[in-house]
Amino acid sequence: MLRFALQRLLSLAISLVVASLVIFFVIEVIPGDPAAYMLGMNAQPETVAALRRELGLDAGQMARYLTWVGGMLVGDFGTSYTYRVPVSDLVLARLGVSLPLTLYALLLSTAIAFPVGLIAAARRGSRLDAGIMGATQLGIAIPNFWFAMLLVLVFAISLQWFSAGGFPGWDRGFWINIKALTLPAVALALPQASILARVMRSAVIETLGQDYIRTARAKGLSQRQSVLRHALRNALIPVLTIIGLQFAFLLAGAIIIENVFFLPGLGRLIFQAITQRDLIVVESVVMLLVFAVILVTFLVDLAYAAADPRLRRRGA
Amino acid sequence: MSLIRVENLSLDIHGTPILRDVSFDIAPGRVFGLVGESGSGKSMTSLALMKLLPDGATRAGRALMDGRDLFALDEGAMCGLRGNDIGMIFQEPMTALNPVRTIGDQVAETLVIHGAARRAEALEIARAKLDRVGLDGTRFPLDRYPHELSGGQRQRVCIAMAIALRPRLLIADEPTTALDVTTQAQILDLLRGLVAEEGMSLLLITHDLAVVAGLADHVAVMQSGKIVEQGPTEALFRRRAHPYTRALFAASAHRPARVPTARPDRLLEVAGLRRSYALPRRTLFGPAPRMEAVRGVSFALHKGESLGLVGESGCGKSTLTRAILGLEAVQAGHIRLQGQTPISPIMPKPARAAMQVVFQDPYGSFNPRWRVARLVAEPFHLLPEWPKDARARVEQALSEVGLTPADADKYIHEFSGGQRQRIAIARALINRPDLSVLDEAVSALDVRVRAQILDLLARLQESHGLGYLFISHDLHVVRAITDRVMVMQAGEIVEEGATEDVFANPRHPYTRQLIAATPVIPAAWMKEPVDAPVV
Repeated sequence: MLRFALQRLLSLAISLVVASLVIFFVIEVIPGDPAAYMLGMNAQPETVAALRRELGLDAGQMARYLTWVGGMLVGDFGTSYTYRVPVSDLVLARLGVSLPLTLYALLLSTAIAFPVGLIAAARRGSRLDAGIMGATQLGIAIPNFWFAMLLVLVFAISLQWFSAGGFPGWDRGFWINIKALTLPAVALALPQASILARVMRSAVIETLGQDYIRTARAKGLSQRQSVLRHALRNALIPVLTIIGLQFAFLLAGAIIIENVFFLPGLGRLIFQAITQRDLIVVESVVMLLVFAVILVTFLVDLAYAAADPRLRRRGA
Repeated sequence: MSLIRVENLSLDIHGTPILRDVSFDIAPGRVFGLVGESGSGKSMTSLALMKLLPDGATRAGRALMDGRDLFALDEGAMCGLRGNDIGMIFQEPMTALNPVRTIGDQVAETLVIHGAARRAEALEIARAKLDRVGLDGTRFPLDRYPHELSGGQRQRVCIAMAIALRPRLLIADEPTTALDVTTQAQILDLLRGLVAEEGMSLLLITHDLAVVAGLADHVAVMQSGKIVEQGPTEALFRRRAHPYTRALFAASAHRPARVPTARPDRLLEVAGLRRSYALPRRTLFGPAPRMEAVRGVSFALHKGESLGLVGESGCGKSTLTRAILGLEAVQAGHIRLQGQTPISPIMPKPARAAMQVVFQDPYGSFNPRWRVARLVAEPFHLLPEWPKDARARVEQALSEVGLTPADADKYIHEFSGGQRQRIAIARALINRPDLSVLDEAVSALDVRVRAQILDLLARLQESHGLGYLFISHDLHVVRAITDRVMVMQAGEIVEEGATEDVFANPRHPYTRQLIAATPVIPAAWMKEPVDAPVV
């Protein structure tokens, strides 16, 4: 198991190096000079050149790549061209919103999807199953911003249980922020829960058809016992895969929800940075997201191995 | 006094009749064999006793055990009874165990869920039961996972699980069908020993008459959901009163009439063939260890000859077959067809036309969305140009294998297993190849269908002068259809010779072991019945 983890860790490091190269050079190819953009249309060429020097844009590509990667290793992501503050401060502040929001949404989606998927699988073909399938179909089809607006209308405007948007900041206490993140988390979680519940259902149904479930029944386990003791753990592999993908998607993909609820999250940051050619921010945030995805993949791999002993062998 | 008495069991699934008036008794401590071909209702009979029938099943009749009718019990009572009074093992040991839980855990579970022991104690009993079925504690600790065991070992775990609570009845549904002959012999021995020592009754379900002959005290023959004949094994086997029993016996001993067609010129030459696979690395940067699947195999197959290749799973015969078909690159040695093109994965298409294959699985080897005409015509793609008379040749090929030209417009699901294998043979022969590789081509078929396909193969060989490479684990079939045979063990050919010679006087210890392990019906039982029934 330890060897498996080390091997995965090594492949994680290699992926990061490759990703950093790809990100850096792809962004290099994108047209648009940040210095020219910052100074506006009427800037003098000399001024632009001076700013380019100041920003370090005149150095060679390889040198700039190494400076960028070397900086990241010690936590220095450079300085934002537009905000004129260290990128790390910007990103950290935004992560303080996006990460809790993502975890919150993921927790909700898993908490909904597991029981719903299991019940639908255990009662396959029943009316309850048909109802759950219909509801999850809707949950996938309806865009999450529409849910978000509905939630705001009901819980913020009519019932006034939650505020309609904004984020107080962690210095104002824990629960007040959790409360502020609740509606966005629910809006994000519903479509994800719908997907996850369907995956859960089909995974459990598939395992229920396996020979070892028949063996378990022949041993004297009831239908319910065989689901809980034998089917569930075997059904976890595809479910874990989806949870891993959802984490990555939620972390950066919440931009619309962030806009609906006026949340200063990563999605909005990266959107602004792209429109303003703030390449250093774009690079750093993208790199951070890549890191997050790779890290989650690593954790999902470990979870696979924990769930399934066959994957613990090397090279599996 | 019987342990279990089944009276007039009838079963329908979604309105389709499956069983009709099945009645039998199993005496305590006795082995009751249930034989029949696939679809005869053997497995459904056992699942009906366990009340584990699929959805949509309606059942009539009674199954009395201790004066209680099992069919009248509710699900809760059945859960208490399954695993406790009746244990069951299944055909496919590779998938019968939960892959994510240890073997000790799974054996102990039988005890824990019936409240017979607490976990710690249950694990001790599990240990004892695993020892009993021949999995000793040093090599097979309780924390082993199923994937670390072979098929035979897994079947032993299943048996340990089923007998953990010393049930009075053990149901074994084709317990050795998926296993090699030597493993089969060991598992059958184990079952025999358990019945003798634990005083358990055994309901043995199998398609193999020889297995029943060696184990069962009583036997019932099933055909299309009915028991057509039952009685003490030896008497029933000697007498064979029912025509169906007779047909089964004739088919399982069937040997097609063959005319030798072998000519001296060489068709296929294999010389010094080696193929090894890289195993997962043990250290991070060290060389990967290698598994030698085929180690230096050489042989020749002559034109019109039928050459058998036998061996147990893992002996390398699949790798060798794939290499001969040009599907697998080899590390050393060469394969030549008719002394020409070396066979390899990069060989030109026309070279492939000279050699075709029939696989084991008549269900999985066809695209279900294509019509038979297109399936059978597929090898035409290997020719330089599509033949103008393609349709006529497809129809002719179908006729040759005993189907009709009209079958060309049907889909594959409209055919039975035997018919599908005929279509596979038609596809293999459409280009008139010189060599047909028959890879376990009759292994999945029922005995009567198998006899027909063997006849067909013998006839086609005679009329077209085909060379056959006949790969099988079934010694009886190989003996019936080949001129020469090779025995493969651990990647090497350990014995080779004229088929009758090898079977009559096996020289290599492994060949002897294989022949000894193959169950046979005693020759005395096989004589023509004394009191032949009036038909």
